[in-house]
Amino acid sequence: MSAVVDTLRLTAEEALALVERGDVSPAELHAAYLDAIGERDAELHAYLRTVEYDGATSIPIALKDVISTKGLETTAGSRILEGYVPVFDATVTSRCRQAGLSVLGKTNTDEFAMGSSTENSAYGPSRNPWDPARVPGGSGGGTAAAVSAGLAPWGLGSDTGGSVKQPSALCGNVGLRPTYGTVSRYGIVAFASSLDQVGPVAKTVRDVALLYRIVSGRDPADSTTVELSEPVELPTSERLDGLRVGVPRQAVALEAIEPGVRAAFHSSLALLGELGAELDECDLPLSFDYGMPCYYLIAPAEASSNLARYDGVRYGRRSDGATYRETVERTRDDGFGDEPKRRIMLGTYALSAGYYDAYYGQAQKVRTLLVREHAAAFERFDVLATPTSPTVAFPLGDKAADPLAMYACDLLTIPSCLAGLPGLSVPCGFSEGLPVGLQLVGPQFGENALFRAGHAVERALELDLVPERLR
Amino acid sequence: MAISRDQVLYVAKLARLELGEDELERLTSELGAILDAVSKVSELDLADVPPTSHPLAVVNAWAADEPRDSLPLEDVVRNAPAVEGRMFRVPPTT
Repeated sequence: MSAVVDTLRLTAEEALALVERGDVSPAELHAAYLDAIGERDAELHAYLRTVEYDGATSIPIALKDVISTKGLETTAGSRILEGYVPVFDATVTSRCRQAGLSVLGKTNTDEFAMGSSTENSAYGPSRNPWDPARVPGGSGGGTAAAVSAGLAPWGLGSDTGGSVKQPSALCGNVGLRPTYGTVSRYGIVAFASSLDQVGPVAKTVRDVALLYRIVSGRDPADSTTVELSEPVELPTSERLDGLRVGVPRQAVALEAIEPGVRAAFHSSLALLGELGAELDECDLPLSFDYGMPCYYLIAPAEASSNLARYDGVRYGRRSDGATYRETVERTRDDGFGDEPKRRIMLGTYALSAGYYDAYYGQAQKVRTLLVREHAAAFERFDVLATPTSPTVAFPLGDKAADPLAMYACDLLTIPSCLAGLPGLSVPCGFSEGLPVGLQLVGPQFGENALFRAGHAVERALELDLVPERLR
Repeated sequence: MAISRDQVLYVAKLARLELGEDELERLTSELGAILDAVSKVSELDLADVPPTSHPLAVVNAWAADEPRDSLPLEDVVRNAPAVEGRMFRVPPTT
């Protein structure tokens, strides 16, 4: 069956065309991906579990394990949810099913989507298809590794501070964190509700736009959602004449950016210029200095509240104690791994009496300034460009013992997340033989401009994004 | 140190986490380092800046108050570690 299609290079758009023409049946396609998973996933561990073909009429999709799937275990990478089988589908799952997509399986994630490497998964890390000694990024490293290694044509992740964009960059995929409020979170395991967004990961910008079209739009079950202000356009143009691209001075100046990443970024800026874009420097004076501290107060504060629901009473695992309170405390100590505990503790502290104003309250005010300075930049520009990640994929274990070093992976992705803005990561070159991502950030509902810019870069570069060792 | 061992113990109590002795020690030092880093937000004078709790300027969302089916009871309790009849079973409070 695997001879039917070469899943390594197949884009979602090509797969859709194969099915439409009747060259391949949805069942054969699903089986071809399961074969590829059987062949390569023992090494990569992109999937926590896979699913047999269920009669769907179109192509398959991988879903990050924070997305509820009715009748299919959903753990968010945590022991505390081991064995939890949702009794309803997330809205994004329903929308995928309505579009005829078959769920291939659930992909690995840092526990509760907290991390930048998948090393925080209670079920063991995923590995980068370009070099299995390195991380695929995180938290959505499973989806990114799967798409990159031809184990899924496309997939959905969730992004709180960079969990779609950063792994996409580290694995050589395209990933979109959409404008806050454009994709429903109903049925998504919550981490930080004022930041969480679901986003597509794929091999091409057009595939990402296509999947965004399927999952976006208002959902009565998530009252933070809104209708898109304009329909999703699949990009076609290879020119960028008139597109105004801003390059934040303070981001480019960051010492944390590796020389190889910097070089690839600067070539992609030159390319944007050649394609007709008008480039200029811009200022985001606070975003890159204060974004991280602001995020690591707001996100843990919201996490401590969201994770209060895991008490061993209604679902998930329980560790028994003599009293109710002892049972809850023991359940949470046994069930949560180190990173969720750190964030619960940090968030609880930041919200506690006597510290609320100095930490959480102050961070919310900083957030206002970040929203304002991004809004000011978008008066002059259509798109802002930075590298997605300061580094290429790093070796497993490199940052695992130092929480602050791991937090710094999202230095460049966090500010726009706090401002609720869409961001697209597009492969823009290589450093040390590993992919580098270009982050394009737009104003609220500015996805179409991001798709247009990303598509033109992708077409002009024509990078071979199949990991060299798998070619 | 930005946070003391006693403070960590108190926060663990608020967060309903039964921390082991080794965890308590490690978290005291890790939280200290993280708090040092995030305290950077206090450098800014923000007395006149309003807080942002939500990045989109959305107004309240209303839903029609119409009765509709909820999940069947057997589904509601399906994932519970302990159930008695129609109820979640938990140990006594004292």
